[in-house]
Amino acid sequence: MEINNLYDALRSIQGFIYPNEIELRWSILIVLYPYITGLVAGAFILASLEKVFEIKEVKPTYRLSLLTSLSFLISAPIPLLFHITHPLRGFEIFLTPHLSSAMAIFGFVYIWYLMAILIIEIWLEYRKDIIEWSKRKKGIKGILYKILTLGVDEINEEIENFDAKFGKGIAIIGIPSAILLHGYVGFIFGSVKANPWWSSVIMPIIFLFSAMVSGIALVIFVYMILKYLKGKPLEISCLDTMAKYLLYAIIIDFSLEMLDLLQRIYEAEEFFDMLQVLIKGKLFISLFIIQIIIGAILPILFLGYIQIFNASDSAKKFTYFIVSLMVLIGIFATRWNVVIGGQLFSKSLRGLTIYKIGLIGREGIYVSFGLILLPFIILAFLIWLLPFEEKNKL
Amino acid sequence: MKRREFIKSILGFFLTPIFKNEIISNLIISTFKYGKNKYGMVIDISKCIGCGRCVKACKEENDVPDLPFYFRTWIERYLIFEDGEVYVESPNGGIEGFKRLNPPKKIAKAFFVPKLCNQCEEPPCVQVCPVGATYETDDGVVLIDKKYCIGCGYCVQACPYGARYFHPKTKTPDKCTFCYHRIKKGLLPVCVLVCPQNARIFGKIDDPESPVYKYIKDYPLQVLKPYLRTHPKVYYKDMDMEVR
Repeated sequence: MEINNLYDALRSIQGFIYPNEIELRWSILIVLYPYITGLVAGAFILASLEKVFEIKEVKPTYRLSLLTSLSFLISAPIPLLFHITHPLRGFEIFLTPHLSSAMAIFGFVYIWYLMAILIIEIWLEYRKDIIEWSKRKKGIKGILYKILTLGVDEINEEIENFDAKFGKGIAIIGIPSAILLHGYVGFIFGSVKANPWWSSVIMPIIFLFSAMVSGIALVIFVYMILKYLKGKPLEISCLDTMAKYLLYAIIIDFSLEMLDLLQRIYEAEEFFDMLQVLIKGKLFISLFIIQIIIGAILPILFLGYIQIFNASDSAKKFTYFIVSLMVLIGIFATRWNVVIGGQLFSKSLRGLTIYKIGLIGREGIYVSFGLILLPFIILAFLIWLLPFEEKNKL
Repeated sequence: MKRREFIKSILGFFLTPIFKNEIISNLIISTFKYGKNKYGMVIDISKCIGCGRCVKACKEENDVPDLPFYFRTWIERYLIFEDGEVYVESPNGGIEGFKRLNPPKKIAKAFFVPKLCNQCEEPPCVQVCPVGATYETDDGVVLIDKKYCIGCGYCVQACPYGARYFHPKTKTPDKCTFCYHRIKKGLLPVCVLVCPQNARIFGKIDDPESPVYKYIKDYPLQVLKPYLRTHPKVYYKDMDMEVR
């Protein structure tokens, strides 16, 4: 933080905080990191519904889910690189990892997921098309497809069957890997015993289910936008199925979050007084209004209504779009409440500091917006290169 | 000696140092014994008068920025009123001492608590550092390799005592080292040296000649947040339950 901001923070302190705590160390960039990683894991698990659990209704979004997952996965470490003060030394996490550190191991979980799961699954899924396109297309695209074939342009039924089997195997390993990926992000926070707001056994599980919620919502959102841009009709049965799973995921996630909160309130340990101040004050809007009401209760009511009563297709589409947007905002607030909320109070449990976010600068609002847009730009490129609907036409 | 044994011992003589680095280091630094005794500090709360000399000396000695957000050591003042209300403050870390207060209520007890890095036996900051830039020396002091640190700030989050701050110049965390550059020359940490009250007692915790050893043996002492199982090596004498 800038020195001037620190003086502002110094003046806004409530109660007593340790003097070194005036500077809030983990900024909005560290909010983005679990948010984006969660979207990766959630979108991937949605893709697995089709591949592993053979739920055919979501087939139209299978490829889209994978591409979304990849584009967000590529973007996931970028907020971290922007945040660490010595980014040029960042690769040391891979070269000389400290094995007792949750953060160091995350690097390997990330690489495993990117290189061993996602890229292979996508390549196998598109292989037949890539070979086809490499023969048909000219120009840059043609060259790119030639590279992507890895020099093998032979395809027959036997190879196809093998690819399908292998792809399914990867998808099956992919589920525990996706769970590991985001459960692990939860562990990075949940294992900090110094911070009573973070330190919780069910933090990884809450992170996991909130990841599924946000990932499914993201795919619904991207799918509807893409169809609208192309002027093509939406497949309502696909949307219905995704919305159904979204509803289940929200119910589980919301129950876990409330269980965690209730347990803390009922046990009323040392942290209880601070918790009250926090949730009635600085976190009231982001926790009660955005995370709980906009992000969970209203989506449950809307989606539940559609499940129970009949609604017209256009009403459904409208609801799904609004709900997916609300959920995406709600889960962002969830991440905010964890990361920023966990640093607003002093570890002396006697006071509060403030978080001031600047417009410009490495950790400012503009950079954060850029980082939120980045995965969508990558996704646009990926969809240009690997169209997710072309398969039916071939 | 048989021929076979002779060859073995010759090979052993040349090969062992290659595989066992500590043999070499033992040969070179034979007079210096690492890890025998660990350093620790006792803080006698009843002796501290909150003059702030330790904070000032520490900032000058250790290149801590002269701003009210960065401290390797600081002093907290506790006022506990008769109705049980607790007031805690640490204006500018207590570097200029503390002003006289005229509270509307009657004070039951008041005292000063100097704070610093607790040099934990089980340091959470060392556990979480992703590259091992924060480490524990054999004599029990937790240090930071500033040329290796990537600046992620995980250690700042992991420290339960707020002992770490981010140095604006090096852009890495910084914290009390027990004045490692001084104690390795046999000098005292500068906060201990300047304390007019002898409120800070420094030495090795398991050396019978050290004053810290005697305090640990003779007095009931407490550590901060013992339930976190960090096993601090900074001990407090006469500490009130309100101190966190």
